[in-house]
Amino acid sequence: MYVAVKGGEAAILNSYKLLEAQRRGDPSLPELTVDQIRQQLKLSVDRVMTEGSVYDPELAALAIKQASGDLIEAIFLLRAYRATLPRLGNTCAIDTSSMQLMRRISATFKDLPGGQVLGPTYDYTQRLLDFTLLANAQEGNSHPPQPSEKPSASLEHESFPRVIDLLNQENLIETFECPLDDPLPKDLTREPLRFPADRATRLQNIARGDEGFLLAMAYSTQRGYSHSHPFVGEVRLGEVAIEIEPEELGFAISIGDIEITECEMVNQFAGSKTEPPKFTRGYGLAFGHSERKAMAMSLVDRALRAEELGETIESPAQMQEFVLSHSDSLEASGFVQHLKLPHYVDFQSELELVRKMRANQHHSDASDSLDNKSQGPS
Amino acid sequence: MNNSQTMQAPDTAPEVNFAYLDERTKRMIRRSILKAVAIPGYQVPFGSREMPLPYGWGTGGIQVTASVIGPTDTLKVIDQGSDDTVNAVNIRRFFERTAGVQTTTRTNEATLIQTRHRIPEKPLVEGQIIVFQVPVPEPMQRLEPRETETRTLHGLAEYGLMHVKLYEDIARFGHIATTYDYPVLVNHRYIMSPSPNPKFDNPKMHMNLALQLFGAGREKRIYAVPPYTAVESLAFEDHPFEIQKWNTVCAQCGSTESFLDEIITDDAGGRMHVCSDSDYCQERQDLV
Repeated sequence: MYVAVKGGEAAILNSYKLLEAQRRGDPSLPELTVDQIRQQLKLSVDRVMTEGSVYDPELAALAIKQASGDLIEAIFLLRAYRATLPRLGNTCAIDTSSMQLMRRISATFKDLPGGQVLGPTYDYTQRLLDFTLLANAQEGNSHPPQPSEKPSASLEHESFPRVIDLLNQENLIETFECPLDDPLPKDLTREPLRFPADRATRLQNIARGDEGFLLAMAYSTQRGYSHSHPFVGEVRLGEVAIEIEPEELGFAISIGDIEITECEMVNQFAGSKTEPPKFTRGYGLAFGHSERKAMAMSLVDRALRAEELGETIESPAQMQEFVLSHSDSLEASGFVQHLKLPHYVDFQSELELVRKMRANQHHSDASDSLDNKSQGPS
Repeated sequence: MNNSQTMQAPDTAPEVNFAYLDERTKRMIRRSILKAVAIPGYQVPFGSREMPLPYGWGTGGIQVTASVIGPTDTLKVIDQGSDDTVNAVNIRRFFERTAGVQTTTRTNEATLIQTRHRIPEKPLVEGQIIVFQVPVPEPMQRLEPRETETRTLHGLAEYGLMHVKLYEDIARFGHIATTYDYPVLVNHRYIMSPSPNPKFDNPKMHMNLALQLFGAGREKRIYAVPPYTAVESLAFEDHPFEIQKWNTVCAQCGSTESFLDEIITDDAGGRMHVCSDSDYCQERQDLV
């Protein structure tokens, strides 16, 4: 017997309750606090801030908690919150050569002014599960390192010139003049993405782009799909001052520091009729400690400059529309998952069509056994 | 919520602006709508916002609705023709919470109808607005994915690509094998996606008395068909446009004219057909 499809509202409200119970888990265990997430799941918080386009570790940690640790869902929560925030002003461009470094490595020079600084990294950990973490957590008595044991991470140094600037002394690398009046970049959260997109807009798009997607696109450029001979000029992690210049003041004032990861990728360029061979650049920047993201971003940025550099566009990573239209995790996740929504009506239309086509085919097979194609509509 | 022009939502959600969006965003969207109305069928890019509902679930329609709705409007929300599918319920709740407007399931009582995949069976009247949720606004996207190219094709009204596709269907299957999202020519100028409505609904768009607005949030486009505008489904002289027909009637109201959903009733191939438009079906049952 047909049961009318009603009661959607009650189902939704019940689903909220089930979701809340699932998120909370076993109530006999203490509830995770937002501060714990912020302090102990820092790299998750950093990714959510980067792709959520808001530098706010507390809200990012809250979003992670609310999303049961689903980072893409957490990014969604933060983005939806961000959408209604007023724009109070624009910050000055950050100066990363004067940042407080915690980590800085270059793959192009063995040593360089400021030195190589390993800092916190998983790179040289031997990936063995650390069962002491399991034991400590069970006893609930993890010992924080004493202040004396903790190595000082931040480096006292006047400034750390960037590798790019060092190469520039020999004119071996391309440079970019700041355009007259330093025009504001387009704000992709206020204006739609249009093609062709300039580099500032592209960088903005991939800065918000899904880390997994960018990683795969970057990887593809290393496997023959638009090879660009990349070297890590440098990757740096540290804190940089954010300044604003209020109109009525006439000079810049610092409003705080944010932690960022910056990657400058150095790529070969064979030169053209008008230009001698030189190195070209790809750039990546992310909030917090997000090296994978910053590096992938810099490779994709370089690949997307194909047209500007007169390279043949033949690989997906070089195609603006391909990369920029598919980089956003919210757009991708929403549209892929919208397939869960009812499609009764469309499916009914397709059912009717397939039956009709099969009936026709049966009919023609019977009459003259023609070799009919059975491929469906696109 | 961020500027002087805010209006308070009347009841349940005082912390957000009326219909969620701030007034400046609404104004930006209304300007895009006005442009869309002025150029029927033309896709106007707009600064689509990140809504608290997922992309692909009606964010474009929601933004259009939020921009045109007023406190005295009566809103109807349907998905697949029905007011009771979960997504329709969710969107209706969103506007109940953020705008506190009156809602209805009755097509003739609504001043504003947001829909996904259907046009109500009952003819719309002057003064009504119907808002379609659009997943893919570009009708040629599956033939040419690059927007830079399709934009030029629209500019030149160069629609050979689409006609060849339809012709190839005929060559291969003997008929046009598109059953929903069937392309239309609006005001004799722009080819437009009607949204994934079944082609059954295409004729309703032609010379419709209501204002038809289309919002694509993820793709950041708005387009429109003003009242009394020609909307022609693409076809050939020797292969005219046809809509779906059923050789059965609605099992609940007996309608022979509505779009029917097929429902599986047991595991032995038993099935029945009922109206997809739940309000139309209910009203016909009430009359008996």
